[in-house]
Amino acid sequence: MKETPLSNCERRFLLRAIEEKKRLDGRQTYDYRNIKISFGTDYGCCIVELGKTRVLGQVSCELVSPKLNRATEGILFFNLELSQMAAPAFEPGRQSDLLVKLNRLLERCLRNSKCIDTESLCVVAGEKVWQIRVDLHLLNHDGNIIDAASIAAIVALCHFRRPDVSVQGDEVTLYTLEERDPVPLSIHHMPICVSFAFFQQGTYLLVDPNEREERVMDGLLVIAMNKHREICTIQSSGGIMLLKDQVLRCSKIAGVKVAEITELIQKALANDQKVRKEGGKFGFAESIANQRITAFRMEKAPIDTSDVEEKAEEIISEAEPPSEVVSKPVLWTPGTAQIGEGIENSWGDLEDSEKEDEDEGGSDEAIILDSIKMDTGEVSNIGSQDAPIVLSDSEEEEMIILEPDKNPKKIRTQTISATQVKAPSKKPVKKRKKKRAAN
Amino acid sequence: MAEAAAVVAESLAGYRARAARAVLEQVVLPGEELLLPGQEDGEGPGSAGERPLRLNAGARSRGRVVCGPGLRRCGDRLLVTKCGRLRHKEPGSGNGGGVYWVDSQQKRYVPVKGDHVIGIVTAKSGDIFKVDVGGSEPASLSYLSFEGATKRNRPNVQVGDLIYGQFVVANKDMEPEMVCIDSCGRANGMGVIGQDGLLFKVTLGLIRRLLAPDCEILQEVGKLYPLEIVFGMNGRIWVKAKTIQQTLILANVLEACEHMTADQRKQIFSRLAES
Repeated sequence: MKETPLSNCERRFLLRAIEEKKRLDGRQTYDYRNIKISFGTDYGCCIVELGKTRVLGQVSCELVSPKLNRATEGILFFNLELSQMAAPAFEPGRQSDLLVKLNRLLERCLRNSKCIDTESLCVVAGEKVWQIRVDLHLLNHDGNIIDAASIAAIVALCHFRRPDVSVQGDEVTLYTLEERDPVPLSIHHMPICVSFAFFQQGTYLLVDPNEREERVMDGLLVIAMNKHREICTIQSSGGIMLLKDQVLRCSKIAGVKVAEITELIQKALANDQKVRKEGGKFGFAESIANQRITAFRMEKAPIDTSDVEEKAEEIISEAEPPSEVVSKPVLWTPGTAQIGEGIENSWGDLEDSEKEDEDEGGSDEAIILDSIKMDTGEVSNIGSQDAPIVLSDSEEEEMIILEPDKNPKKIRTQTISATQVKAPSKKPVKKRKKKRAAN
Repeated sequence: MAEAAAVVAESLAGYRARAARAVLEQVVLPGEELLLPGQEDGEGPGSAGERPLRLNAGARSRGRVVCGPGLRRCGDRLLVTKCGRLRHKEPGSGNGGGVYWVDSQQKRYVPVKGDHVIGIVTAKSGDIFKVDVGGSEPASLSYLSFEGATKRNRPNVQVGDLIYGQFVVANKDMEPEMVCIDSCGRANGMGVIGQDGLLFKVTLGLIRRLLAPDCEILQEVGKLYPLEIVFGMNGRIWVKAKTIQQTLILANVLEACEHMTADQRKQIFSRLAES
């Protein structure tokens, strides 16, 4: 889609407003728009917002073989994308002049200023070095892309951690994030671009021009500087003649702005680090509301265990004996047969008892110990009774069903006696009994 | 056939179509189907089987219903195509069904016949001007469609000028056509907008709100400073006050009105009036 043209009246109004030292959004001449830095959950991912301009930065790394003439240096790669999402006038898949200019400026600002120690990215000289790739995506365009992109790039690089490697002999080991903490890149300084727009052949100057101001400006001066007031890159475009003291004044302003922005970046990084360490919510996850599912959690309830034994005995003696055991499989319809206790489906009962088994088995170590202790006593106990079956564990009752010649009633009583022995020392068992009673 | 398709769609969606009268002033979502007043009684629970019988009979007794923006006819129902609040206007006379439309929030303008818009002249070619109106395509504007223009007496329009005009042709997949005269050949306020003042863009929803007959915002703005203002249905506002400062304030206030409640707005206006 074609760019919306700028009308004559907008142009005239903007220039007249600038002459009166007024800007469309109420800023002063040297004011920046609000800068907001937010981080993703992964290391090396950030979004920088400069007013309505918004840039996403993502850093990634890869082990590659180095360039022949620089055997001990890692490789840095920068790529800025102007997607159509940012403004309808940007065409996808085409290297526009603006894009080439911005990419070149970014490279000069970040690579040529040697802000990142490329020597430290070397793993094995001449064989393996780290390649660090910085991808920047413009998400919304409202002027001054280069400042936002340079901030996003340096923030993402500062935030990034690469996996740790170790070299033993000629063997290179790459550690995952779980094995060893990833290491940050060594960054010497943080170069940040500051843009100055000039109007009326350099008579008027604005810091951080927005999109409309960029369209009526005569020339642009970009100064990349770090907080030590060292100029990393300087570029003037638009073909205006600047005087020496104009450039000097701009560099002074840039120094102040860079100091402010650096402080902001460091604050944001420190904040993110702190939150990550504390295990709080960080990154874009911050925006997700805190909602936990608590409906399925059960509170511990006190249970009266004074006369449980009697009660349980009472209930069991009153209970009907289990239904007849059908020893032979019953064929209902072709393909559907049933075997086991009763003619009706008893899946529900089975499940219940199984669950209870699990409850007991997996609940507490103390209980397991208890039951082991009990086993020895149990054997003797059972032996004294006239029951023919020796049960080491009371929960086996359902397993016996398939043996047709044994009296089910007898089995029941047998199991009861076993549980009774356990009862005094085992709380969960009692609870289980109660449950059964409820069933 | 259409009825069968509608039933399938309904069962797929897993809910019953709601009656248009029941969801007035409520948020509707694209894909939702709405029933017109004539059908509601037949749509009671358990009486779905009667629908085919009522298909034509209902339509005749109901009268004319106009689908506004964001709605489309689907069988004998209304299909929502935009997200927003459903609105309804009672018919002025007769027993028609009135007009239903969806008040949605968007920034992209689609030309509609009869809309008054602000355009920017991008090119002069032969006897027509190309005007950018924010749509997918520039509109064409004949130099004869200005008040008092003849072959000999051409209007003075430069590239980059602002034009306030209305669409006479705005069809899908066709180049829209603008004019700056009404049907009597009078300018009626249309034409080239002056050289001063500020043009800015707001959402289409705000423009509709500002142009509503009983808009409080406009009356309050009018009390602040003397001003000239032009609203284009394509989301463009041109405003001019005595000074640059006042123009800037007006532009920013109007832009901010979008997300302010009536109370907040009154506070801001009273503060502005004091200063």
